[in-house]
Amino acid sequence: MSEKPIDLLHHWILRQAKEQSAWFEERVNALAEGAPERELHMVMGLAPRLLGKAELALSIEDLSQANGALEGWQPEGLSIDGAARIVALTMYRGERPFAEIFKDLRRTADARELVALYRGLPLYPEPESLAFEVGEGLRSNMLGVFEAITQHNPYPRLHFDEHRWNHMILKALFVNSSLANIVGLDERNNPELARQLLDHVHERWAAGRGISPEVWRCIGPYAVEVGALDEFEKALTGEPREQAAAAGALARNPSPQARSLLAAHPAAAAKIAEHQVEQANISRNEVV
Amino acid sequence: MFIDPHAHMISRTTDDYEAMAAAGIVAVIEPAFWLGQPRTFVGTYVDYLSTIIGFERFRAGQFGIRHYCTVGLNSKEANNEELAEGVMEWLPRFALKEGVVAIGEIGYDEQTPLEDKYFRAQLALAKELQLPVMVHTPHRDKKQGTSRSMDVCEEMGIDPSWVVIDHNNEETVQETLDRGFWAGFSIYPSTKMGTVRMVELLKQYGSERIIVDSACDWGISDPLAVAKTAMLALKNGIPAETVRKVTYANTLEVYGKSGQIQESDWLNPPEIDQRTLYEGNSILRGGREPRIEAPGSRKRDSLIIE
Repeated sequence: MSEKPIDLLHHWILRQAKEQSAWFEERVNALAEGAPERELHMVMGLAPRLLGKAELALSIEDLSQANGALEGWQPEGLSIDGAARIVALTMYRGERPFAEIFKDLRRTADARELVALYRGLPLYPEPESLAFEVGEGLRSNMLGVFEAITQHNPYPRLHFDEHRWNHMILKALFVNSSLANIVGLDERNNPELARQLLDHVHERWAAGRGISPEVWRCIGPYAVEVGALDEFEKALTGEPREQAAAAGALARNPSPQARSLLAAHPAAAAKIAEHQVEQANISRNEVV
Repeated sequence: MFIDPHAHMISRTTDDYEAMAAAGIVAVIEPAFWLGQPRTFVGTYVDYLSTIIGFERFRAGQFGIRHYCTVGLNSKEANNEELAEGVMEWLPRFALKEGVVAIGEIGYDEQTPLEDKYFRAQLALAKELQLPVMVHTPHRDKKQGTSRSMDVCEEMGIDPSWVVIDHNNEETVQETLDRGFWAGFSIYPSTKMGTVRMVELLKQYGSERIIVDSACDWGISDPLAVAKTAMLALKNGIPAETVRKVTYANTLEVYGKSGQIQESDWLNPPEIDQRTLYEGNSILRGGREPRIEAPGSRKRDSLIIE
């Protein structure tokens, strides 16, 4: 049986905290045994001061354990203080509903705390009760906060309805945030999103602006359904990255129309493999 | 490189940020203050504090400027007891946020009993949390109010080397320095200090514990005041080391006691900060000479602020 995600995180912190691990362990125990809420505020405030701000050192085995404990949970890039804040909040046993405690912390959080609070989403109790709080984070103008929710995080895949999912993708494109690290990108794809993205493509082209090559991946499966073949044809003769992305997306559409369009553009089709390597590189661009 | 240790950036435009970055300002400190009209709910004050530790910090970072702040209940709003009590409850939580370098700006406006009560309460908080203090000295009955501010700091057992007495003038500076406090000067047109007068003060007092700031806010004020003072001082033969101390190094020394501001924040920012909060300094990146480049033609050619 695999360990619970929060226990893994707790273990990684203690492993790395060295002489401060006793402080952290004592505080977490106090929080779990009903210490008052101000104790939680103190631990949240002191975490970076006492534990530092280094990245949590995780091995490939740790990452695989993470995914085993919770599918799609990707703790890479988490900082030790961020992880400590997540564990402290999760272990705290307060009288009030979890979402209220979270709201209080969110209202008074600095940017680094916000990032930690939102990266912890998949690990908290009562995840459904955080829908409003997640909305506040998604509306943030701070890219790091938005990406704490959207990247390496299985929460959206598990808990977003289609409307919120689609607006997350649209905003990600709008703020130049990569789609590649969104957990469940293909699984949660849907024809309504493909239609919205096709409109997005038209709007960008009309304004003389470029588009992210990543849009083709989401439109591809519904290319016939939403009537995007002309746009794909344009992309297949566009700049190299766009060609590769459009060709890669079409290759996964089994319809005869998609196949014949791709067959008519062998130069673009030849770029697919190259594009996959690039995708793998984008995935390394982590947030806290 | 300059630091503006007193700038209410929440009231300023993106043109200002661009001009400040071009002039060589690498960091700013945003003291919590009065917004020009009173807040009437504790919640609006909480959201204000949350903005200066959060979004404004992020906004500054987009222009390559590192942003720090001080949190506190200002003297004017200390006179609304209901609001003041509410703010005091929230304040300790904000004081421990990232980038909070002091409790401030606090002190007196009309020197009322309520102002005195909350000034003392906040000095006690600063002492408890081991944070420096930024003291706002009053516009009216200034000399007496400044002395009294320092008396109260001493009574509360605060080490003067942890306190910046701000908005000094020719009448207050001697006592401030003699008593071991840091002396801030706000280069603010018409009501506070001007650049020419400041240069004279530097000639007389040198650089020891003297700090130049702009105090720029929602009024007619100049976000380039620190850079302009530095240039005018150099033109007038003030030694470069003196200029560096009063427009950069002294600020780092006193507010650095908080552990929340250090030179490496802008010279060698951690990767994580570069991704989330700070997009890098264009001056350091491009190696360009700092230049005064204010948005309005009104300001462009003049180093003189009166």
